[in-house]
Order: sequence, then structure tokens, then C-alpha cells
Amino acid sequence: MKYQPVIGLEIHVELNTKTKMFCRCSTKYFGEEPNTHTCPTCLGLPGALPYPNNQAIEDCAKIALALGCEITNFSYFERKNYFYPDLPKGYQISQYVGPFGHDGYLDIKSEVRNTKFETNSKSKISNSKRIRIRRVHMEEDTGKIIHQEVEGEKVSLLDFNRSGIPLVEIVTEPDITSGEEAKAFLTKLQRIIKYLGVSDADMEKGNMRLEPNISLLEISNSRPERSRRVKFRAAGIVSGDARPISNDKLPSYKVEVKNINSFRFVERAIEFEQKRQTEILERGEIPVQETRGWNETKNQTVSQRIKEEAHDYRYFPEPDIPPILLEQSVIDKLKHEIPELPDEKTKRFVKEYGLSEYNTQILTREKTTADYFETAVKEGQKFKIESKHIANEIINKKIDINQVLPAQLISQIREQKSNIQEKLTDEDKKIINDVICENDKAAQDYKNGKIQVLGFLIGMVNRKLQGKKINTNIIKQELENLLK
Amino acid sequence: MKINIKKIAKLANLTLNSEEEVKFEKQLTDIVNYIDKLNEVNTTAVEPTAQVTGLVNVSREDNSAISSLNQEDALKNTKSKHNGLFKVKAILEEK
Amino acid sequence: MNIEELTIESLIKGYKDKQFSVTEIIKLHLERIKYHDKDLNSFITVTEKEALEEAVKKDKMLSNGNTDHPLFGIPIGVKDLFVTKDIKTTAASNVLKDFTPVYDATTVKRLKEAGAIILGKLNCDAWAHGSSGENSDFGPTKNPWHTDYTPGGSSSGSAASVAASFTLASTGSDTGGSIRLPASFTSTVGLKPTYGLVSRYGIIAMASSLDSIGHITKTVYDNAIILNVTAGTDGMDATVVPNKKTDYLKNIIKDIKGLRIGIPKEYIDKGLDADVKIIFKEAVKVFSRRGAQVEEVSLPHTEYAVACYYIIQPSEVSSNLARYDGIRYGNDRTFFGDEAKRRIMLGTFTLSSGYYDAFYKKAMQVRTLIKKDFEKVFENFDVLVAPVSPTLPWKLGDKVNDPLKMYLSDILTVSANLSGHPALSVPAGFSQDKNLPIGIQIIGPHFSEHIIYNVAYAFEQETLYYKQKPNLI
Repeated sequence: MKYQPVIGLEIHVELNTKTKMFCRCSTKYFGEEPNTHTCPTCLGLPGALPYPNNQAIEDCAKIALALGCEITNFSYFERKNYFYPDLPKGYQISQYVGPFGHDGYLDIKSEVRNTKFETNSKSKISNSKRIRIRRVHMEEDTGKIIHQEVEGEKVSLLDFNRSGIPLVEIVTEPDITSGEEAKAFLTKLQRIIKYLGVSDADMEKGNMRLEPNISLLEISNSRPERSRRVKFRAAGIVSGDARPISNDKLPSYKVEVKNINSFRFVERAIEFEQKRQTEILERGEIPVQETRGWNETKNQTVSQRIKEEAHDYRYFPEPDIPPILLEQSVIDKLKHEIPELPDEKTKRFVKEYGLSEYNTQILTREKTTADYFETAVKEGQKFKIESKHIANEIINKKIDINQVLPAQLISQIREQKSNIQEKLTDEDKKIINDVICENDKAAQDYKNGKIQVLGFLIGMVNRKLQGKKINTNIIKQELENLLK
Repeated sequence: MKINIKKIAKLANLTLNSEEEVKFEKQLTDIVNYIDKLNEVNTTAVEPTAQVTGLVNVSREDNSAISSLNQEDALKNTKSKHNGLFKVKAILEEK
Repeated sequence: MNIEELTIESLIKGYKDKQFSVTEIIKLHLERIKYHDKDLNSFITVTEKEALEEAVKKDKMLSNGNTDHPLFGIPIGVKDLFVTKDIKTTAASNVLKDFTPVYDATTVKRLKEAGAIILGKLNCDAWAHGSSGENSDFGPTKNPWHTDYTPGGSSSGSAASVAASFTLASTGSDTGGSIRLPASFTSTVGLKPTYGLVSRYGIIAMASSLDSIGHITKTVYDNAIILNVTAGTDGMDATVVPNKKTDYLKNIIKDIKGLRIGIPKEYIDKGLDADVKIIFKEAVKVFSRRGAQVEEVSLPHTEYAVACYYIIQPSEVSSNLARYDGIRYGNDRTFFGDEAKRRIMLGTFTLSSGYYDAFYKKAMQVRTLIKKDFEKVFENFDVLVAPVSPTLPWKLGDKVNDPLKMYLSDILTVSANLSGHPALSVPAGFSQDKNLPIGIQIIGPHFSEHIIYNVAYAFEQETLYYKQKPNLI
């Protein structure tokens, strides 16, 4: 029996607003003393009320827009009711019926093993795959629980500094089929969020918390229905194996792995679950629908005590906050504020600067690097320095962009260039001639059409020049002349 | 209509003794049978009212933060604390 | 000077004319509380020391001629549902019996800034759940007019303390009648403002979409003075509507000739006690005599109001009381009394999956219909006048074992909470045999408090019931 993993992701992103979601407490609590960034509202004191932060609402909508979501023009906050010690009000202000964004997508590169050449397992085909986004909604973070032993007694300690930090929840459809894909999705999502500047998206600080849900679908060996494939192909959405699974086909259970804080662990948790669930299914059993945790030391997922036996969150409209109307003018403003995102930037860099895909990937990984590169290119144009040269300089010399200003970089390049000889002296010509004589075989090979030996000969010339820098093109020309 | 009092109490995070269960079950059933009266009203195509002010978009700018409560005040009313943190019985995380 | 006859209006004048000192007045009221409240039980906490300290400060200001505050030196009480910085706040529940807040409710802050002096925290039904005051974990409050009877709830202490002249004003909250009913049962003036006029920040929430923050006073004029202080946005309660506040004293003494007054027939058709019926008929005559046009109107969905209210209110209660887990403050959930438990469970049920549409959503739709009933009537009428309670104050203990019966005593008050309309309860007379107070309510369009005050003032000046005082033992 073959099983196909059906994986969905829930991602919580802490926004980097100055103040919390529903109160004016500072969000800069990292590394501060516990319970020093709280007020009646985020501590859930009697009588306190929420007052929403407009920036957070706009940031959430911006994420939704960047993920191609439709925006819910008229929406409202709701209360999600459940009891847990880290939830001070006994409910979380969240969105249920009307998330700010819904029905979006994110295209990732999915490396599918090339099944036609089974013999060569390393052969992969890189495909674009669309992961659908179900919803993007706004909510508030909870306090933090620290498990500790105090005076020989196991206790849990609560710090509410984090309580009320604006949190955006992104939920995908179960379109992901491997740990690798999940990682690719998350990496790209993180880049987009950083580009938007709405969150530091720092995994170590817990700015992004990940919850994959994983189940396995039994697949028959027959090809998937043609109509579906054709339909999605035609829409330019899907290629290769990437096909959304209709809801009626989804497995009857779902295993959620909670609060993972690294992409690598998500990948591993998925791989672990895949193995674990396969074993259960092969025994003819069905895995238990449950929430599991990721144990870093054991490198496996472990069953967690279920939060509340019956998950009945009793959502109802938050009476303390009037509805939110995201008017078209606001949406337009937000769209305008969204910077060029990694995908578009990559395409443009390849086209505009003629850079390699590889170099482009490196330059666009962080928006600051990409911006640095483009500033340098502009500066370089004044001195006719090629953008490729600048890209190489940034990447190969690992320029610290926080230390060297783009203009400084350009003058460095110019300095190097001015030391390069553009003309050959007689002595140089002699050296080149010598090299040809000394490497007779290579010279013959060249004459026989094996032009790639030119590189070898240039190398030999450079060695003989002993540090003297001559424009490679000139050496190349001279060699070609002599070998005619 | 009958109320599953055990289930509701659990969901509401309340502990009831068996005597209370009997009492509340009867009282709640009476009340629910009364409020069920609303089913007489035709509400087809009637929009629900959650709030009566008609307000929308009440929010504040993300200006600089105000000073929070100090730790002492935050913990002022708790019966159980440790090193600036609220202390509760261990919450079992893993089986 | 007769302490019972003091009003905010007369006291302010008295201070200005140097007839008495603030300390003198505060002491008088504190002594009265000490002497009579053992029996009435209207206070949970009396803040004697703080009040006297404040009085000394105020006297200093007085000697400097600095009395320019609207509530300068006015002794008030605060319902124990309002959080007060450094003063114990219990919500009349054992859950919070040792709870001392770290901040002041907006209204408390505003009243203090206006010069008022808080004499203490007032008894009420625990969490404001109740119509008689008997759900208090600190014992029931008694009606100053007849101590075997309820003063009405949930703002039982607020009403009883003003009726007994312990203070000149008290704060209250009205979720389904909790200000109007006790005001009516004690011959005091109680306002439930428009939802969205007064900030709810710092008032322990009962049902957030219904809670209106108001107050009880001896006279209509005094009531308007307080609203001038408490109304308006505060940047803390997002449901307060901006730019709705006005000067509530400006037109209060205008005559009401030509004013169109509606009498909702569903409120008087059936179930009224004979005494209430008589008093209400007399009241209507007063308005006619003053030149108002009085006509019967219809609010057809009235009979569904209590059912609608007892879905929406407990649903919100169940969520609002979820924070009381005993971790950050207060005692754990075993300390809740029966009524709180009932409402928490009822609301948990009506919101739970499978029942939400049949109950909660249905109630929100019926709420729309109830609101529309009012809006339609207000197209042609300036205000509505109706009884507050279909019955006289009942004997303490009469309804405690029958929650549904207790709930039905809110039958004439809950509609205004569901629709958000303002309503004021004003004394309208007394029952014949027992001399128990009976009030009427004046209901107006959203943010029409200035009109309501005008109508109520006209009625009060014609009837002068506020001049009658209970005999305290």
C-alpha cells in the first residue's frame, strides 16, 4: 500500500508593532524581567477592556494581500473561549467567521524526484507548486508558561509579558506533501514577512511558531483523474504531482504537532510522523486524532495531554470591539505600501542585471541586501562598473553591508580596477609566448578546436605574472592571436 | 430539551457535586424551555444584532507605549508566586 | 440643615456660601451610615479614613475659594462592581472578597476629578446577577422604606444608600434593569444611559453588549449633573460613541408642551399589580396636564424580550467570568455562588456547538426586531413612558428559589438594554397599604438623555415625590 502525506500548516507570526494588540503596553519584552510589560487589559484584570491597534490590523491585511488573499471588507473580532493558565481572560480575541484574508496562495519550488529515471535517484525536477492559503487572521498572543521545579515541587510559572502581542495566524490548505516542501514553503513565507517589515520573524525569539498537521492518504496506483489535472494545468496552477485533494478525499484523522520553532524541526517532525503513521496504517489501524509535541532531544513527536477534552470554543462576536470595515481606499493604500516581493525581485534581477539564478537568490534573500546591491549598481553606473561585477564582489567577498556603504564598495572596486593593466608590455608578451611554447600539448588541443583549454593557459600566464594584474580579456586576445 | 449538565459544567470549568448537578439540571432545563420561546418568532432574512452603537473601525494609532504596571502591582493580588512569576500546579505537557 | 433634604445642587451652593465645611458634611453622612447601615446593609466597604482625608483637602480648597468642580465635596457611593484603586472591590462575590484593584474605573476617576468624595463601596447582587440584591455573598440589602422588602437589584446598595440619605449619589450599572428597578423600588432617580455614552472601562463586566453605566440620585437635576461628569469617550472603551455628549442641564427646565409621549401598550396590557396600574394612570395624567400629547403605541416584540435577554446576557456572562480562575487574583471558581454558576452554564450551553444557531444567533436576530420596534415608534414620538416593574417590591426571600420567576421581574426593563436606548426611572408614588415606592421609566431615542431629563424634571416638579423620605429605624 502506498500513502501520500497530506500536510497543512498553521503559522503564528508575532508582529513588530510598538504596542500590544489591545493595549498600550510595549511589545519590547524580550530579555526583560517577567510580568513587567503588563496592564489591566493584557493581564485580564476585572473591568479592563481591549482597544485595537490599527497598525496591527493593517499589518495583518498586508500579509494577507502579499499572499494573494481576498480581503474580507467587513469583519469583526470574535472570542475564542477556552481555559488555560496562560490565557488570562479565559478567551482569546481572534477571528473566526471573517478572517481579514482568505483564499490566497504561495508558489514554492518543489523538487520532485524524477520518476522516469528511477536508476538515478539524484535526478530531480524542479517544479513550481502552488500552496493554497485558507485564511490569514488577527489574534493576540498568550502568556508564557515555564515548567520548573520549585522547592522540590513541579510547578508551572506564568509570565504575561507576551500576553496580547499581536499575532497573525496563517493557515494553509493541506496541499503540502513532504517535509521538504513544508520547509520550502516556510522559508519563502518568512522571506515575504521580512520583506513586508511587519515582523522580525526571528525563530529564536519565537516570532514565528509552526504547527504542521499531518495525515496519510492511501493512494491507488491509477493516475489521478485527468479532468482535474487538466483543469489546474489550464489555470497555470499545478504541475507535476502537485494536485489539491478535494475535501471528501481527506483522511479521517489529523495529527497536529504544536508550537515548533524551527523549519528543520518541522521537516523532521513531518518525516517522523510519516513513518509513525505508516506503521500504524500498515497494521490496519488508524492513527489517533491528537495533538503532539516535538521533542528535540528524542528527535520525535510525543503525545500531549489534550488541552480540553471537547474542543468547543464557543466563538461569538467580541462585544467590546466594533466591527472592522477595510475600505477599498485602505486596501489600495496597503497594496501600494507592499514592496517588491522576493519572486518579482528575483525575476527582475535576472532580467535587468543579467545575474545568474544562484547569485540572484543570494542577493534577494534579505531585502536589505537586495536594496544595497541596487544602490551600489546605481553608483557603479557612473563609473561604468558592471552590475555582475558588483554582485560578485558582494557575494564572493562577503561584504558586510552594515559596515561598507554602497559608495565605498564602488570606490573599492574602482581602486582594484585602476591597478589592472589594460595593455601588454613587451615583457608580458614574452611571458605569454613562453607559456604557449611550454604547453605545447594544450596549444595543439586548442588548434584542434578544444577551446576550453584557453582557461588553463590563462591560468598559467597569470601564475608567471606573479601577482601582476592584467585584464584577463587582453591576455585572452593575445593567446588567441598567437594560436591562430 | 434536556441539558447535559456534566458536559456543560466541564466546558464551563465548574465543579459540581451530585446534588448540584440534579438541582442545576432541573433549573437550567426550565429556563431553556422558556427561552426556547424565541422559536415562535419568524427571523427569516433578519440580520443579527451583536452591537447597538453602529460604530465601525474604532482603533488607535500604534504610538509609543505607555508605562506598564510594575511587577509588584501585576502580582499584587495573587496568592501564589515565585520570582516575579505567577505559580500554578504543574501543567502536564507530555504523557 | 436637614441631611435628607440635601441635594448636589443645594450642597454645592451651601459650600460656596460657607454654610458648612466639607468635613462636617462627610462626617454627618459617615455617622448616618454607621448608625443605620447595620440594618440596611447597603455598603460592603466604608472608606471612612480616606473620605475624611479627602474632606480635609477639600476644606483647604474651600478656604482658598477654589470650589470650581461640578461635584465639589459631594459624598457618593460606588457600586462594588466598579474597580477602585487601592480600595477593595468584590463584585459582591466571595471570588473577589480580598481583591484590591491597581487602577480606577473611568467613571470613578472622573467623579473623583470632579471633586466627589467616595464614602465606600456598595452592595449588589454578586456580579450584578439578580433583581433583588439577594444574590450578594455579603448578605441582602434591605429596602429603607420597609426592611422586610427588597430594594431591587442588582444595584441594591446604590439605591438603598441614596434613599437612606447615606450619600447624594451612587454609581450603578444596568444590564437588564439593574439601575431602574432598584431606583423604582426606593423612590430614587436612576439613569440607564444610551449604550455607548458612558465608558465601561473598569466596571466588572456582566454582559458587555448590554452593560450601561449609570447612577442613582435623589433628584432629576442631580442626576443630570452626574451625567455631565461621566459621559464621553475615554480612549479605553472602544464602544463609546464620540461626540454624543452634551450639556444635560441646559434644557432641563424647559416646559414639555407639545411633546409627543408614547405609552407602549404591551407594557401595561397585562400582569400589572393594581397599585402599579393606578400610579401609572395618575402619572400619564401629569404629562397630559403639562401639555404633552400622550398616545398608546406598540412594541410588538416585547413578549420575547426576556427570552432574548436570557440568551444573550448569560452567553456573554459565561465568557466574561472565564477570567476568574484564581491564578492572578481572587479565589478559584468553586467560590462562585449559585446564580453565577447558573448563568455561566446557561451561557456555555447557548453558545455551544450545535446550539449556537438555535439560541445565540436566533436571539441576536430577535434583538434586531426589538430594536426596530423602538426605532419605528421613535419616528413619531419623542419619548416613551412605562412602568419599571409590573409588581411592587417583593418580600425578601420570595423569589430566591425560583430563578425563572426572578428573571421575569425584568420584563419591562430588558428591552431598552437589548436595543441600547436610554431610560430613566423616576419616583411616581407609593402603594396604598404598605407605602412601597413605585417608579415609572422614561425611554428615549439613542442619545436623547437631555430630552429624558427634561420630561422627568417636569414630572418631578409637578409631583414632588422626591421630597418624601423613608423613616429609618
